[in-house]
Amino acid sequence: MPVFEALRLALQTIRAQKLKSGFSLLGVFIGVASLIGAWSIVNGVNRYMTEKFAQTLFGVNTFQLRRRPMFTPNVPDSVWRAWARRPRIRFSDAEALSDGFTVPVVTAWQSSENNTVSYRDKQARDIELTAASERYFEIKNLRLATGRAFTAQENRSGAAVAVLGDAVAQRLFVDRAPLGRNVRIGGMTYRVIGVVEKQGSVLGFPLDRFVVVPALSPAQNLVNPPGILDAFLVKARTEPEMRLAMDQAEGIMRSRRHLRPRQDDNFALDTSEGVQRFWAGISRILVVVLPGVVVVSLVIGGIVIMNIMLMSVAERTREIGLRKSLGARRRDVLRQFLAESAAIATVGAAFGVVAGIALTFLIAAASPLPASVSPVSIVLGVVMGAGVGVVAGVYPASRAARLDPIAALRQE
Amino acid sequence: MTLPLPQTFRTGDTPLPDIVILTHKLTRAYDMGGEVVRALQGVSIQIRKNEYVAVMGPSGSGKSTLMNLIGCLDTPTSGEYWLNGQKVSDLVDDELARIRNKEIGFVFQTFNLLPRANALHNVELPLIYAGHGARERRAQAARALERVGLGDRMEHRPNELSGGQRQRVAIARALVNDPSILLADEPTGNLDSTTSAEIMAVFRDLHRQGQTIVMVTHEHDIAAHAARVVTLRDGLIASDQLQAA
Repeated sequence: MPVFEALRLALQTIRAQKLKSGFSLLGVFIGVASLIGAWSIVNGVNRYMTEKFAQTLFGVNTFQLRRRPMFTPNVPDSVWRAWARRPRIRFSDAEALSDGFTVPVVTAWQSSENNTVSYRDKQARDIELTAASERYFEIKNLRLATGRAFTAQENRSGAAVAVLGDAVAQRLFVDRAPLGRNVRIGGMTYRVIGVVEKQGSVLGFPLDRFVVVPALSPAQNLVNPPGILDAFLVKARTEPEMRLAMDQAEGIMRSRRHLRPRQDDNFALDTSEGVQRFWAGISRILVVVLPGVVVVSLVIGGIVIMNIMLMSVAERTREIGLRKSLGARRRDVLRQFLAESAAIATVGAAFGVVAGIALTFLIAAASPLPASVSPVSIVLGVVMGAGVGVVAGVYPASRAARLDPIAALRQE
Repeated sequence: MTLPLPQTFRTGDTPLPDIVILTHKLTRAYDMGGEVVRALQGVSIQIRKNEYVAVMGPSGSGKSTLMNLIGCLDTPTSGEYWLNGQKVSDLVDDELARIRNKEIGFVFQTFNLLPRANALHNVELPLIYAGHGARERRAQAARALERVGLGDRMEHRPNELSGGQRQRVAIARALVNDPSILLADEPTGNLDSTTSAEIMAVFRDLHRQGQTIVMVTHEHDIAAHAARVVTLRDGLIASDQLQAA
């Protein structure tokens, strides 16, 4: 019997026994749906992390000099205390680095602290107040929706000008034009000169609740003690140049801090890799848990299919006897039942794919998790589903194929 | 009273060309939980082309066993079985399946139609296993159904057909591969007398068209339709005689 005939027969049987087939494909359905759902979430977050978060928000070919790394999963208390004892990054460190680089880089100072920004009787609380130098916008890829960023001149002279995040502008001005208006930041008056384009959110954290002011403007005292920086941002043109700049930064910092060769760095040079490593740690947990769930449901699905197929073989013993008497060889019978269980599983997998995609969009809509359905997961889901069907079908099908036609025909 | 065999067959011989079925000292023993049951104890029978033979005998006489052996559903313990010039007694499973497909058309007491398939598809089945293409299968199946007078019932399912019609579908299925022998096992066992007569008429027509028919029955008036009656008793041929049509 050709494969096509076996398949047609299988689909006929499935149609004729909808309820029974429905139950038997449930396991594979759940397995494939969870595979695609979970995979899509991990995949979505992954892409988000590499493309948007790491690249855009952190900056391409960018590193930061900090007292301690920014994203640090599972750090023991002792390490944390050691980090807290480290000296902080000073203005003079940043200036020394800027002078010391031999590769072309763009640099910026940054210090941030939450504060309240107000306009007349309106207040925006818990706003990230960032005191930064003028190239900060360029490094962070912050484009202005209206107005302009502050200039190097304004930064040096400590002009009281502010660039608002979209959410802050919305909160304070609603639909009035923000440009040229005076806002109050920690009791100081600042003139709004620009609003940054809406950034959206990452994993549920809003990215538009910030105000950027010149690093040397009066509000600097609200974010750090005098002469202290949270981070010194360095953006190179290429990855190798960034590595070179990092080496130079490390050398300069070590010599400024008089570290002996065997002493560890007492500062951190963070890249977007650090962020990605942090995420990779989380996604590794998912990657370990996910196959477990999928394998368990596929195994259960396979057992269900095997049982239903055994039942089906028992019920159709007479039919098998008849087919054999009409000239069906063992392999014809084998193929028929294998096709049937593979078809059941594939139909289950197909429904699973649809449900998994629906689930993905549901999760993406109902939670901050970004989702992206990966074509690989669809192919893998269907292939694994069909594979489970074939594997689960082998034993029942070989039992059917080995039936003695005389005994089979005699069965009631 | 037994007819003389057309050929004095010895091991190593081949049957004469017009002999479709030749069994030589065929035996079949079953092991029933330690006890050996000798269902056939040396049956030698020869059937020519276009013979119409009824096999009779009480239950336990070995007629079902002989039927299974002739139908290539079973293999003998000893002896030879030649079908249409080919020695089939020592073939293996899948080779026997091929012989059943090409050489034998079965008609069963209980029809054995697939309930969910229509008449045409039921008749197509042997052709599927013969590996014919879909178009050719349909045409051949339709011709076979027309031969048994069911050209207008091709799309009907078994439960939409009467008992006689179902058995005629089964006969069409048996004929569709143009087999050497039509092998019928109690073909009227589930039918009333009127319908039985109808089926016997179909058999008679097929016999006149040149079909070789072997029919197992325990009913004398059904056996009366055959031209030759072989009676088994205790695994041996008790009588083998021609009768007037």
